[in-house]
Amino acid sequence: MSALPRTSPKVSQAVAFALLWIAAVVVIVPVAAILAIMLLKGGKGLSWELISSVEEGLLPAIAGTAALVALTALISAPFGIAAAVYLSEYARAGTLVRLIRLAIVNLAGVPSVVYGLFGLALFVTLLQLGRCLLAAACTMALLVLPLVITASEEALRQVPRRLREASLALGATRWQTIRKVVLPNALPGIITGLILSVGRAAGETAPILFTGAFYGLTHPFPRSLGDPFVALTYKLFVDATEFPHVEEAEKWATAAVLVALVVAMNLAAAVFRARLRRARRW
Amino acid sequence: MSSDANLPIKKPEGEIKLETHDLSLYYDGFHALKNISVYIPARRITALIGPSGCGKSSFLRCFNRMNDLIQSARVTGEVLIDGANVYDRTTDVAALRKRVGMVFQTPNPFPMSIYDNVAYGPRLHGIRERSALDEVVEKSLRGAALWDEVKDTLRKSALDLSGGQQQRLSIARVLAVEPEVLLMDEPCSALDPTATFKIEELMIELMENYTIVIVTHNMYQASRVSQYTGFFLLGDLIEYGDTVQIFENPKDQRTDDYVRGRFG
Repeated sequence: MSALPRTSPKVSQAVAFALLWIAAVVVIVPVAAILAIMLLKGGKGLSWELISSVEEGLLPAIAGTAALVALTALISAPFGIAAAVYLSEYARAGTLVRLIRLAIVNLAGVPSVVYGLFGLALFVTLLQLGRCLLAAACTMALLVLPLVITASEEALRQVPRRLREASLALGATRWQTIRKVVLPNALPGIITGLILSVGRAAGETAPILFTGAFYGLTHPFPRSLGDPFVALTYKLFVDATEFPHVEEAEKWATAAVLVALVVAMNLAAAVFRARLRRARRW
Repeated sequence: MSSDANLPIKKPEGEIKLETHDLSLYYDGFHALKNISVYIPARRITALIGPSGCGKSSFLRCFNRMNDLIQSARVTGEVLIDGANVYDRTTDVAALRKRVGMVFQTPNPFPMSIYDNVAYGPRLHGIRERSALDEVVEKSLRGAALWDEVKDTLRKSALDLSGGQQQRLSIARVLAVEPEVLLMDEPCSALDPTATFKIEELMIELMENYTIVIVTHNMYQASRVSQYTGFFLLGDLIEYGDTVQIFENPKDQRTDDYVRGRFG
């Protein structure tokens, strides 16, 4: 058919595998490069002093990030899990479900700065929360909601159909089946997905920019949900853009701490999942 | 011997537990069960045989409305239990499934202890006291011929049991909700011959108190355990009657071919 000389199947396979291998390995390069540059440039800035000091160090930002992540999880979990249960266990294919799925996909595609502006308009201004931890966490919860829903649905789908059938066939209602069989068995997966999803909250800047993050606070730690706070991403953003006198090494060190925090969360989720996988067979 | 028209269904002697009249089942446009009318006697074993995809499992799932779980499934006609229509709008489906228990093709214990598996149904239906639960669990496990093997390990995970034990546990779990009918959907297809033999023995014991309908691929099993047999082919109930008659003297050529192993 072709005028080209035929290559042997073995050669073309070798070429194909080589290309696939290169594509896969290329993924490692930017990760490795970022980590290397970060540690190289921030290495000498990293110190216990930097991490633990309240005035000069990152402790308020670490605490703020932790509070933001925890609160985001707390707000997004009930809505996200409930929505996932509805979609995977109750909803029958139809216009409403298509609409909900379309909304989830679109929500996931909205740029984070738009969430920030939306949060400013809704939580800060309209609901008069002011710029505070609660408003920022509400905004962040919206941002992670599609991720939480998708991850929870995935976890619910992992529960074998035959367990649902066994329960229903014993005369359980659908709700009893969900409560006693589906949710307990999906919970480990849901929690893992939740941790990974709210990890995003630790790494975003734009959504908290207008809704609660401040620099140079009189009270470095928020004393209530109504207080402003400082987060690692926000501090990094301000240090990098508005304070030329801040040492380069310190900025990179801040970045390293932020990355370490996010990696630690993902690692925790992975370990959690692996342990539960080992404990469960069905 | 005729093979064009389906034979008229004769009503078996004695008490009738289940019956269908002109029952049809559709999956979207696909006509999976075609105008099935049948009488299933109480406290007997009725076997449903036929090649894969003939509709026998779909038919079984009409009696406890498990087909409701399939969105595309639509049912017309009547399914009666003790004369009351299962597909009536006022039917409480959960209560129906309590009366009509089901054992599935693959053992499906919950990932919980043996005890909690058996107590699952009674707890659903409101039994809370420890002593009452203990009693139901023991009685059900005895009824499923599993008690002696597990009485010292009730707290262990049900997933540690062998396949045959898991299937008997599934039966115990059903017995614990005190059903009147047992639907068994190829209950032995995942089991070895020894475990299969135990389940068959158990079925014959259970027949005293329960109406049993079993779907099976195994014609020897049907002839060993059942008193009545129905032969399905492509959504039609070709022939239904006394098991001995179906296997030794079928009236329809297609039944004859199937039970003699000429296709299937």
